[in-house]
Formats: sequence, C-alpha cells, structure tokens
Amino acid sequence: MTEVAVKTREKLNIVAVGHVDHGKSTLIGRLLFDTNSLQDGAIEKVKRISEQNGKPFEYAYLLDAFEEEQKQGITIDTTNINFSTAKRDYIIIDAPGHKEFLKNMISGASSAEAALLMIDANEGIQEQSRRHGYILSLLGISKVFVIVNKMDLIDYSEQKYNDIRQEFNKFLSNLNIFPIEYIPVAAFYGENIAKRSDNLSWYHGVTILEALDLVQKEPEAENKPLRFPIQDVYKFDNRRIIAGKIEAGTLKVGDEIVINPSGKKTKVKSIENWPNFYDKNYVSAGMSVGITFEDEFFNKRGEIISHAENKPQKGNLFNVNIFWMGKNPLVKGKTYKLKLTTQELECEVFSINKVIDSSNLNEASHFDCINKNEVAEITIKTKQVVCFDEFVDFQSTGRFVIVDGFDVSGGGIVLKTDDTLKNRMLEPLSKNLKPHPRLVTRQQKEKKLGQKAKVIWLTGLTGCGKNEIAAKLEKKLFELDKTVCYLNSSNARFGISSDLEFSETGVYEQTRRLAEIANQFINNGIITVVSSINRYKKAREIAKDIIGSDDYIEFHIDATENVLKKRALKGFYDNNENNDIKQLYEKSEYPVYSLYIDNFEFNSNEKVDYILENIKHIL
Amino acid sequence: MDHLETIEAQSIYILREAYKHFGKLGMLWSIGKDSTVMLWLAQKAFFGQCPFPLIHVDTNYKIPQMIEFRDKLVKEQNLNLIVHQNKEALEEGMCHEKGRLLCCENLKTKPLQEVVKIYGFEGLILGVRRDEEGSRSKERIFSERDNESNWDYTDQPPELWDQFKTDFKKGNHIRIHPLLHWTEVDIWKYIQKENIPFVDLYFAKNGKRYRSLGCYPCTFPIDSEVTDIEGIIEELKNTKQTERSGRAQDQEDAYAMQKLRSKGYM
Repeated sequence: MTEVAVKTREKLNIVAVGHVDHGKSTLIGRLLFDTNSLQDGAIEKVKRISEQNGKPFEYAYLLDAFEEEQKQGITIDTTNINFSTAKRDYIIIDAPGHKEFLKNMISGASSAEAALLMIDANEGIQEQSRRHGYILSLLGISKVFVIVNKMDLIDYSEQKYNDIRQEFNKFLSNLNIFPIEYIPVAAFYGENIAKRSDNLSWYHGVTILEALDLVQKEPEAENKPLRFPIQDVYKFDNRRIIAGKIEAGTLKVGDEIVINPSGKKTKVKSIENWPNFYDKNYVSAGMSVGITFEDEFFNKRGEIISHAENKPQKGNLFNVNIFWMGKNPLVKGKTYKLKLTTQELECEVFSINKVIDSSNLNEASHFDCINKNEVAEITIKTKQVVCFDEFVDFQSTGRFVIVDGFDVSGGGIVLKTDDTLKNRMLEPLSKNLKPHPRLVTRQQKEKKLGQKAKVIWLTGLTGCGKNEIAAKLEKKLFELDKTVCYLNSSNARFGISSDLEFSETGVYEQTRRLAEIANQFINNGIITVVSSINRYKKAREIAKDIIGSDDYIEFHIDATENVLKKRALKGFYDNNENNDIKQLYEKSEYPVYSLYIDNFEFNSNEKVDYILENIKHIL
Repeated sequence: MDHLETIEAQSIYILREAYKHFGKLGMLWSIGKDSTVMLWLAQKAFFGQCPFPLIHVDTNYKIPQMIEFRDKLVKEQNLNLIVHQNKEALEEGMCHEKGRLLCCENLKTKPLQEVVKIYGFEGLILGVRRDEEGSRSKERIFSERDNESNWDYTDQPPELWDQFKTDFKKGNHIRIHPLLHWTEVDIWKYIQKENIPFVDLYFAKNGKRYRSLGCYPCTFPIDSEVTDIEGIIEELKNTKQTERSGRAQDQEDAYAMQKLRSKGYM
C-alpha cells in the first residue's frame, strides 16, 4: 500500500456522504486501519480519548478531530484524508451527515470526483440519504457507489439488502444517478472494506478498496472550447499581463481570441512565465497562466476569453437550479451578489419556478422564498450582462454561488436554455413565466437536415434587385437539397406587419419582427433568406444582435442611381428632396458583403452564384 | 497535467484571489519549508514579484540558522519583511518553562494578533496544510477570524467551486491557506522539481535532522542519515511518525492545536 515510487501518481478526490450515524467516518477510519495507513500512536490516541470521554472505541475519532465532534460523536465539519492504493493516491473527504451541517457537506463534496453514499442497513434510506443523493446530482458528481453499511444488524440478509438496493435505485435513477456498484459492508468490523467477509459470502462484487480503483478519472477539459476567465490584470513592469486560470480548452501564442461579453478581438502576443521565460508557449485547462495581447485595451476581471468559434452565452436573465444554505431564506426583490468564475455582480431572483423538498423530491407548495436546505429552480436576473455556459457542457462556467451579506449562501448550476433564447433573453412583463426546456436541439435538427443554419440578410434601396436575387437564391438552395425559408419584407406587410406604419418607428419594429422570425427558423436548423430595404444602420444592428453575429450574414445590394430609379415603381423616388438618393442608405460600420449593380438589365443568376460562392462553405 | 502541476496551479489561483480582494495583505513566513515554497509560488503567481510584505513572528527562540537563512534571502531577493516580537513578554522572561501553550500564546499568537492590528491587515496568507494535524484538516482555504483573531471552527462558511469568502465584517480578517491541499511529500517533490532554496536544517547532521522547524526549546530533530531531498522523500514514504511529533507544544493536550488555533495561532 505504501509503494509510492512513481513520480507522478494520479490523485482522485472521493467523498463519503449519507445520513447521520450511517457510518461515514467509521468506514474511512476502518479503511485507514485495514490498509495500515495510520500513523504511529493514532489508534492509541483514539483509545485514550474514548476512555477519557467514557465512550467505546470509535474509528470515527480518527477523523473527527475537534473536541466537540468527539464528545458528541458527530462530524461537524468536513475532513480531507490522504490515502494510497497501489494504483494511485486518494483524498478521502469525510462529510458531515447532520442536516444542520449541510453547508459543510457541500463544501466537502464540491471538490469530489466520485462519492461513497452510505446507507445504514438497519435504518434504511433516511432524509439525508436522499438529500445527499440530490446534492451529488446537482454538483455533477455522477460516479457514485452506494455502500449499505451495518449489515451485521440485519443478520447479513441478502433479501433485505436487495430491498434497500431496489428502493434506492429507483430514487437515484430519477436524479440520473446510476451507481457504479452497491456494496454491502459492516464497516466497524472491516467486512468488505479491505477484506471480504464470510458473513457476506453471497456477495460476489468488489470490496470498498477494490471499488475505489474502479473509478475512471475525468480527463481535464482540455479538448473543450476555450474558456479563460480574466482573474486580474498586472502591470508590475512594462508588460501588461492578463492573469487567470484556464477553465477549458487550450491557448497558444498567435491565437485569435475574443473577449466576452464585449466581443472585442485580438491575438495572443506572449505567454509569460517565471522564472524561465520560455517555459510554456501552449497552455491548457487547469493551468494558472499569464498572457499578453497584441492590442492593448481596457480589460477587467470577469471577462471571459474564448476563441471566435464557440463563445460562451451571455445575458442578464437565466434559468438555474439552486441549493440554499443561507441563514435567511432566498427571497424576491432583494439584491444578492452572484459569483460565477471571476465575475462578481449584483443579482436578484426574477422568478421562483419550482421548490423541491430534496429529502423526497416532492414539490413544495410555496413559491415565495427558498428556505435553508431547500433546492429550487429559479430564474436569476443580473444587473449587468454575465457570461456563462450550461452546466452539462462546461462545469466551471456553468456554476455559481450567491452571497447574501457577508456569506456564501447558495450554489447553483445553469440549466439548458432553449436555442432560440440562447443568444439573448429579454425580461417579460410578467414574472409568472418561466422559459421551458425543449427536447430536440438545433444541433440535432441541423444534423438531420445535413446543413448549418444561417440568416442571409439582403438589404438595399428600393429597386436594387434584392427581391429578385433573394427569390432565386431560395430556389437555388432548395435545388441544392437545402431546407430553406425566404422571408420577404413586403410580403410580411400583408400579414404579420399589416398593423405597422411606414414611419421610422414602424421600420424598426418591422426589422425586429423579421429578425425574431429568422431567429426561430435558424434555431430549428433552417437556412433563412431575408430581403428588406433596411436603410437604417441601427436597425440592421438590432437584427444582427437578435440573430447573433455568428449566424447573421449581411449582403448589401448596391446599385447606381439610374438603376434604382428605373427599377423602382414609377415615381417612387420623385418626391425625394435629396438629389442624391443613394445617401438614403446608411452603410454598416462592420464588414459586410457588397454586390454592385450598374446595369438595368443585370443578370441576377450571376449575383446568386456570387452569394453562394461566399457562403456555401458555412452552410 | 500531473499532480504537482495541478496543486501548483490551484495555489497560484488562490494567491491571485487573495491579492485581488485584499488591499492590506501580508504573508506569514516562518522560514520553514512550507512557507518558503509559498514565497516561491507567490513569485510565480506575480511573475517574479512578491507584491505584499512577508511577516516573521520572531519568538527570539528560533534556531539561529533559520534567522541566518531569513536575512540572507531577504538581502538577495530584496524582500519586504516585517519582523515582529512580543518584547514585553520576552522582557518578563516568557519561555517554554512557564508552560508551552502559554509560551506559544504569548510569543506567537499575541504578536500575530498585534501585527494584524498595527498594519490593519485584511488578509493574512499562511502555509498550513491539511495533512499536518486534525484542526488544520478541517480548515477552509479562506478562513475568517474575528477582530481578536478568534476562529469559530464550529460554524465555518461553505466553500465551493473556487469561490472563496471575500466578504466580511470590518475589523475581522481572512486567513488565506494556499497550501492547504498539499502534503509533506508534495512540498519536498516540488522543492526538488523547482530547485527552491531552503534552510539546510532539514538535512541530517550527526544522525539527526529536523522534519519540522520551530523554536529550539520545543522542536526536536528526528533520527536520520538523510542528506538529500531524494532521501527525505524516501524516508517519508516509510515513516509512521507524524510530521509534528517533534513539536512539543502539540503534545501538551489532546486538543492542543485546536485550542491554540481557535485563539488565532497559525
């Protein structure tokens, strides 16, 4: 057990959880004892203390170091114990089982990669067994062993063991926890801990010791898209160093990067190291690093660096699951502090959607507040825009804590967002609403359709030829086996927008409607062509914002004055006081594709080919 | 990333969090192996600087080589060091013969409390590790102390997902423990890997070496012939003695460390 010769041994964090007195500390103490991992005098010290306190010998005292813990025979706070097998090193985290100390259990379990969930065979499944199971699922710990302890108290009965197993399996499967193994043990007597037991000869599975080595360690999030939250910006000398920990992905010198939420782009100039400057030029998930940018602009803690593809979501409204540990309940209308990676900002509860009694998974009947030890689904509203990911995709940017006054009082994970709301989520006028999950994603639909959905937004003054080009573009895409939709602004005026005026306000509203409709289409996997005059650049920026800059491709159909006048309805431009009608169109400040038409009888097929040439590689 | 890289990255993250959140920040340097590693990690975190002062609580009973090493490193690396003593207690003849725990309280805990008050520290970085002893195994990475440096260990705040306690009542301070997750073997492996200078009292002379450093009346060397780091690592793999078994104050009472630390001891 003490063979530690290999230089870089793997280390795994594993937590023991479960109801009070179901034997977590005893199990760990016995495991240390049976594997000869205790230091000299440890058992003697425990014997002495047990005698002093007038209590029988307890393995648990090996871990319960506080006087109060030993005198009262309960674990108050979590302990980390180092332990080794031939395969690797472990940190075993002993978590308290008292409801009162749930915050300490969560502190311990939050750093675990796997869990031993203890159940007393005699008492069976109790409140904290279920609650801890629920917390494990919220913390994203899916590698779980269920340990049925104190088998001696039920005469080592296989039947009773199977009953517990069946009942608990049903509960855990509702939480999407599928235990790796169930193991019957009598921890105090060391049965099925390091050695098998004759009393449990009907059990042919692994012992606890064997079980630990079964856990496969999660690989670092190196292969995921980059997430690098800025922790601080240093200017100790002439270098301006952006410091932080890479939470996912990799980064190297020369990479083009985006700073979120502002969307500013730059390149990585250098990766800074001390004491050897040239140590690393490639950094990846898990590392604490410092980099410099090619462009120097104002950066601050909390911004998240990503590559141009696969940026984090951003918004000020999002749906979460939360567990509350605060002395005071979590209520609506009060300002709290939200901490998500290095972002810290004010937030409040927008709506409470569901409150769950985590001891039985029943829905509570109240919606006004979340009490200590309750779990809930809520919608959070932050004062400023925050960057985040869905917890299922990115653990570290998908979870957060809530600070009430001076105290961290809640922890939560970001739930899946409907694709159509991912790019932005606005505040509805009623707080009795919540965004609903869908079961089919945009990605799945795109895969089925064999295409990537984009919005191809054709704009230009009346007469420029955009409608003719757009109609042919739709046909051409259709013939290429694409699933495509064409939204014509004029046609919309006969339908959804028949109520709108042709004033500037009306034009803005018309753009918003077209963009929102296009947003629905692309998030259902459908390529969408829009044609609209859209002469105000601000209006087009709104469209781009609604659709998202990654999915919005703007083509400006520019034409000579002569072409415009000839192609527009007779007399359309006659009332225009401005002699230069082309000035009516405000050009965009960001790069767009431009088509120039100088011939009244232009070949629209050629224009369609030009558009396709530029976009076919991304569809 | 291997294990040493992982714990190094975690410690650097913690040090940077401390530096970001606390304007008045200091780092306790006991001249021992752990806090010397911590100084190295700080220099790594801040690209060669240590942007906060080091604090040495000098009991006047430290092993002389420790003070030599301290002064040498301060000079070579131009470090900002605050040395503080409880002069009054020393003048009154405080020493371990008056009671080890009383001596620790007067010559270590008390001057530490004073330093916090004199300099108005909001954050104190300490090199304690969970595997040292029981009360440290229950510590948080960011651990609050009240205005008298008391630690309410029965009601510690939750600490999860690298989100630490950075909000607290004025007058209180936060103890920051960047090495909490390191083991004794980790420290030595890291010293070896990074070639970090340390005081050579840890190597054997005349069949004895120090495993843990402190005041000479209360710190006893262990039997050992080891004269290199490789040897120390090998020795630790085979020992069943606790690291602090040579520290007399720990043995005074079953709960000695808990009692000392709840009053502000390091």
